[in-house]
Amino acid sequence: MQKDFRLEWRQRAALNGMLLYVGSTVFVCYLSFSLRGGQLPAPAWNALFWIVLLFSAVNAVAKGFLQESRGRMLYYYTVVRPQAVILAKIGYNALLLLGLALVAFGLYAVVLGNPVQNVPLFVGNVVLGAVGFASTLTLVSGIAAKATNSSTLMAVLGFPLMVPMLLLLIKVSKNALDGLEFDASQSSLLTLLALNMIVGAVSYLLFPFLWRS
Amino acid sequence: MSKNWWKALSVVLLLYVAVAGLLLPVPRLAILNESIRNLYFHVPMWFGMTFILIASVYYSVRYLRTPTPELDIRAHEAARTGILMGVVGLATGSIWAKYTWGAWWTNDPKLNGAAIAMLIYGAYLVLRSSFTDEQQRARVSAIYNIFAFATAMPLFYILPRLTDSLHPGAGGNPAFAKYDLDSNMRLVFYPAVIGWTLLAFWLAQLASRVSLLKLKVYEKQLA
Repeated sequence: MQKDFRLEWRQRAALNGMLLYVGSTVFVCYLSFSLRGGQLPAPAWNALFWIVLLFSAVNAVAKGFLQESRGRMLYYYTVVRPQAVILAKIGYNALLLLGLALVAFGLYAVVLGNPVQNVPLFVGNVVLGAVGFASTLTLVSGIAAKATNSSTLMAVLGFPLMVPMLLLLIKVSKNALDGLEFDASQSSLLTLLALNMIVGAVSYLLFPFLWRS
Repeated sequence: MSKNWWKALSVVLLLYVAVAGLLLPVPRLAILNESIRNLYFHVPMWFGMTFILIASVYYSVRYLRTPTPELDIRAHEAARTGILMGVVGLATGSIWAKYTWGAWWTNDPKLNGAAIAMLIYGAYLVLRSSFTDEQQRARVSAIYNIFAFATAMPLFYILPRLTDSLHPGAGGNPAFAKYDLDSNMRLVFYPAVIGWTLLAFWLAQLASRVSLLKLKVYEKQLA
C-alpha cells in the first residue's frame, strides 16, 4: 500500500495546476467583491470559502481516476488488492485536498480578511471536510470513469452526495467564525465523523466490485 | 391467492384509509384544522419510500453477489418506485405547507434534505442512462445505489433532528407525539402506512415484470 501511495505521489504534475486553480479562484472572488468595497460579512465569507473548496475538490479528485491510463490500471490490478488501491487513493486525495484547503484558507485570509475567531476548530473542521470529500469523491470518480460522459457525471453524482457533509461543515465553520465554544459544535462534529466513517466503509466495501469490471 | 393476499390487503387498507381518513373525526388543532388529514397520505409516502429503497439496496447487494439481469431490473424498478413515492411525498408536503405555513416551500432542513435525496436518486437514473454496455451499467449502478442509500438516509433521519425546524420530527419537535396524533388517528394512520408500503411493493413488482417481459421479447428478437 505504501508503494501504491508513492506511485500516486510521483505523478503530481497536476498538483501545481490545482494550486494555481485555487489561487486564481480566490483571486477572482477577491476582485469581484472588492468592487463593493469593505469587509465581507461573515456568512458570505463562509459560504464562498466552502464553494471554492467544493469546486476545487471536485476538480482535483476527478483527475484521480479519469487520467489513469488503462495499462496502469491493469498493472495495479495484478499487483495489489483493490482495497489497497481505494485506501491509497482516498489517503492521497485527502492529503491533496487538505493541502489545497490550507493554501486556499491562507490566501483567502490574506486577501479577503480573516474573521475566524476559533482557528483550531476551523482547521479541525477543514481536516474533517477534506477527508470526507476525499472518501466520497474518490468512489464517485471511480464510478464516473466507467461511464461515457464522465465529467458531467462527476458533478451530477458528486454534488448531491456531498451536500449532507457540506451542510454540517458550513454549520461548524460558522460556529468557529463566531468564536463559539467547542461544546456548541460537538454534536455536529461527531455526526460529521460518523458520516465520514460510513462513507469510507461503504467505499471500502464497494470498490472491489467496481474494480473487477 | 395464497401468494397474492398482500395485494388484496393493500387495496382494502387503502380504500379504508380513503374513506375513514376523510370521514372519521380528527382533533381540532389551530392552524392545522382539517389539513391534518394529509397525515394519512403525506407521511406514509416517506415510510413507503424508505422500505422500497431498502428493497432496492437489497437487490443491488444480491446483484453484486450473483449478477443476473433479473436482480438488476428489480433493483432499478424498486428505486424508480421509491423516487415516485418521494416526489409524491414532496408534492403533498408542499401543498400542506402552503395551507399551514403559508408557503409552498420553506427553507427547512427536512424539506431540503428530502429534495437533495431526490437529487441523489435522480443522479442514479442519469448514471444508468449513460452506459451502453448492459452488464457494466448494472454493476456500476448497483454500486452507486448502495452508496446513494448510505448517504441519503442521514439526510432524512439524522441531519434534520440536529437542527431547528418547523417540520414535526425535527429539532426536538416530536414526530408522532400525543398532541398531534390521538388514538383515533392512529386507527387510520397505521393502516395507511402499511397500505401505501404494500402498494409501493406492488408497483415495483409490476414494473419489474413488465421490464422482464420486455427483456425476454428483446432477446427473442435477437435470436
